[in-house]
Amino acid sequence: MPETITLEVQRYRPEDEAEPVFERFDVPFRADWMVLDALNYIKDNLDGTLSYRWACRMGVCGSCGMMVNGQPLLTCATYLERLLPGPIRVEPLKGFPVIRDLVGDITDFLEKLSRVKPWIVREEEKPLAEGEYLQTPEQLADYEQYSMCINCMLCYAACPIYELEPDFIGPAAIAIAQRYNLDSRDEGVQERLDVLSQHDGIWACTFVGECSVVCPKNVDPAGAIQRYKVAATADWFKSVLTPWANR
Amino acid sequence: MDTVAHDILLIGGGGAGLRAAIAVAEANPQLKVAVVSKVYPMRSHTVSAEGGAAAVVKPEDSLEAHAYDTISGGDWLVDQDAVEAFVREAPEELLRLERWGCPWSRQPDGRIAVRPFGGMKIQRTWFAADKTGFHMLHALFQTTLKYPPIVRHDEWFVTRLLVDEGRCTGAVAVELATGKIFAILAKAVILCTGGGGKVFPFTTNANIKTGDGMALAYRAGVPLKDMEFIQYHPTGLPFTGILITEATRAEGGWLLNKDGYRYLQDYDLGEPQPEPVLRSMELGPRDRLSQAFVKEVAKGRTIETEYGHVVHLDIRHLGEKIISTKLPFVRELCLKYQKLDPVEEMIPVRPVIHYMMGGVHTDIRGETPLPGLYAAGEVACVSINGANRLGSNSLTELLVFGARAGAAAAEYAASQADPPASTLNQALDEEQRLQNRFLEKTGGVERISTLRTEMQEAMEDGAGIYRDEAGLSAAAEKIQELQARFQDVALDDHSLTFNTELIACLELANMLDVAESLIHSALARKESRGAHQRTDYPERDDDGYLSHSQAYWTENGSPRIEYLPVTITQWPPGERVYG
Ligand SMILES: Cc1cc2nc3c(=O)[nH]c(=O)nc-3n(C[C@H](O)[C@H](O)[C@H](O)COP(=O)(O)OP(=O)(O)OC[C@H]3O[C@@H](n4cnc5c(N)ncnc54)[C@H](O)[C@@H]3O)c2cc1C
Ligand code: SF4
Repeated sequence: MPETITLEVQRYRPEDEAEPVFERFDVPFRADWMVLDALNYIKDNLDGTLSYRWACRMGVCGSCGMMVNGQPLLTCATYLERLLPGPIRVEPLKGFPVIRDLVGDITDFLEKLSRVKPWIVREEEKPLAEGEYLQTPEQLADYEQYSMCINCMLCYAACPIYELEPDFIGPAAIAIAQRYNLDSRDEGVQERLDVLSQHDGIWACTFVGECSVVCPKNVDPAGAIQRYKVAATADWFKSVLTPWANR
Repeated sequence: MDTVAHDILLIGGGGAGLRAAIAVAEANPQLKVAVVSKVYPMRSHTVSAEGGAAAVVKPEDSLEAHAYDTISGGDWLVDQDAVEAFVREAPEELLRLERWGCPWSRQPDGRIAVRPFGGMKIQRTWFAADKTGFHMLHALFQTTLKYPPIVRHDEWFVTRLLVDEGRCTGAVAVELATGKIFAILAKAVILCTGGGGKVFPFTTNANIKTGDGMALAYRAGVPLKDMEFIQYHPTGLPFTGILITEATRAEGGWLLNKDGYRYLQDYDLGEPQPEPVLRSMELGPRDRLSQAFVKEVAKGRTIETEYGHVVHLDIRHLGEKIISTKLPFVRELCLKYQKLDPVEEMIPVRPVIHYMMGGVHTDIRGETPLPGLYAAGEVACVSINGANRLGSNSLTELLVFGARAGAAAAEYAASQADPPASTLNQALDEEQRLQNRFLEKTGGVERISTLRTEMQEAMEDGAGIYRDEAGLSAAAEKIQELQARFQDVALDDHSLTFNTELIACLELANMLDVAESLIHSALARKESRGAHQRTDYPERDDDGYLSHSQAYWTENGSPRIEYLPVTITQWPPGERVYG
């Protein structure tokens, strides 16, 4: 085991430099350290100006995604050991405007998330006094996988379409839409379908599946997109061939 | 200086803050509500809660039984009127979350499933596998998106409350992305900023849990209540402090010492049985389990590791099926962060700082003594947790008291005029302070990380599971020294763009205030109760201390401590019996 390992960290300080640059830091190597621990070591001991986001350090808050040696990863869940002998390249997630250093701007995602109506839509709500909506474990299993998204944005960083077509609503937002569509308590499928089929993006998706490969929570956004296309096509045929069905 | 104005300002976008925001929007859709959060709301620490949320559902259960477990669990330092409201409103709050899409785990027939939990006599903990907080937070966050009156200021850090003419009229915040300082004017403010476990070195809490709201209120003259009561959770992973939820023990996990012996049987916690027994052994309350661990260490029956002493949590006998369906996150955490599979190996664990029972003093409507200021969630102390919180009561508390604070603030704000123009002067003072003391300051010799580490060590040494006068006094002196040295803090970063060093520095200042109030409250309480164990005063003293401590900020570096009586309705103080 080496004593130290080198990180090449992308820096971008918009007040000082026009273009991002790389800076090298040597940090102690420890078998139980993650990439995030190394960044914290830099911030605490070598350079307090390094900026990045993190919070839970247990892989569930979704804050600490970065490009590590070119791959989108949660830095709190990536051992340095995996990346020996180094140097390790750390960059902000691809596809998002960089605010500073390793911090990307994800407001675009939040706006898209609201667009897919990520809440239970119902015509009428049963009064609370009547208790829960029954939902069997099997019905729960229908959407459970899509409910696991931590909004970490790794799938956007991996998505070749999002990079070229910023209008594309993107893998996670579609998976979350699907999470509600498949929920037995929800009646909003049509509204969400209308939102999604307005955008070319979903058709542009070539089912590369990179999003599902990088997802740390096995959400499988690619699968969600595929199901959507099938549903949307069926819906289109239905509206063209049997227009009375939607009345 | 930039100014924004809303009717109601929510500081904090975790479970409590989002629930309160919805409560305001539903109570009065005319009111403009803003949620300010230092991280995107779905990053808030509610996201890490694993085990579940308590509310009575079973026919054989009763509100009285939930209340009694909560009150005895809290060693009677609990306001019983608050607990009565809490247990009464808990079931409908959890049902409301069901309406908002929370994927509660179900029984085969589709009804809500419940699991046992520590200190609870009957099964009443609702759960969404072992990611309950994650699912609750995302359901709440996504639901807020459907309410147009709720606006958000994401990644804004609040640095000060504005108080004018005797009422709270807003706050000052830094927008991280631009470094702009904003005056946020409001007719009512609700603090939902969560706890402050980061005051200690080894904690389950996220890096963002720095007690900011407690410090904001303390500096505004609002008392902090029962700050000496800090919960150690008995089962954290060594090194990372990642929580292994109590649900592991509720499903049947055992705690074993180095000889493979279920040592809790030696500490008045009952007899070992093969199946989990409620309020017994591994399902005893957290304070008692953590104290038993320290005694095992003293007897030399724990395992020494690089990261201190540990015992083993064994769930292998549950089998892969139960572990993967009921505890999938535990398995994932062990595999990813401890390099072991709990299906095949025992999990090393040790007690870890987890939760603050104390906080900003509120009544049962969430009102603080400062008109216009409300608080809910972990930052607040309504006094349902007393000297020791029961697991799974906190997530429910966020909802019940988040909703109550939202409703009370909505009612108050509707009758208030806009904040007076003079409020802005205070905001300007704060802007000056931020610029002079931090952004434009040069020189300084003290590193943030050094001060933080020294503070955390002092807290662990002086205010850990067992405390005494000498240790607490030493810690108090150390904190005072650190407060003085903080004046000479050095900042490398003077940028206005996403300056995380500035935030870390302001968080450190907040943590020092929280540490100060905690230590002095602990020094003043000369008895042992729940999570506050004084080796020099080992007995509970109801004549002297069946009362809530209240720490008031003063200029001289140590708070003034006063006491408030505990509200007792129908459960006179008794002995805590487990086993
Ligand atoms: C690992 C873990 C597991 C847990 N499991 C359970 C469980 O199973 N059951 C249970 O009942 N309880 C559990 N708890 C406890 C419970 O999760 C917390 O008490 C609760 O989630 C706190 O919620 P909150 O809304 O009060 O605060 P948080 O969720 O911490 O939110 C605080 C909010 O305030 C904002 N904020 C803070 N300071 C500022 C500032 N200066 N300016 C602007 N915004 C600010 C933050 O950005 C955040 O949005 C667990 C806790 C931990 C740590
Ligand atoms: S789908 Fe997966 S990769 Fe994409 S944001 Fe959600 S958790 Fe992250």
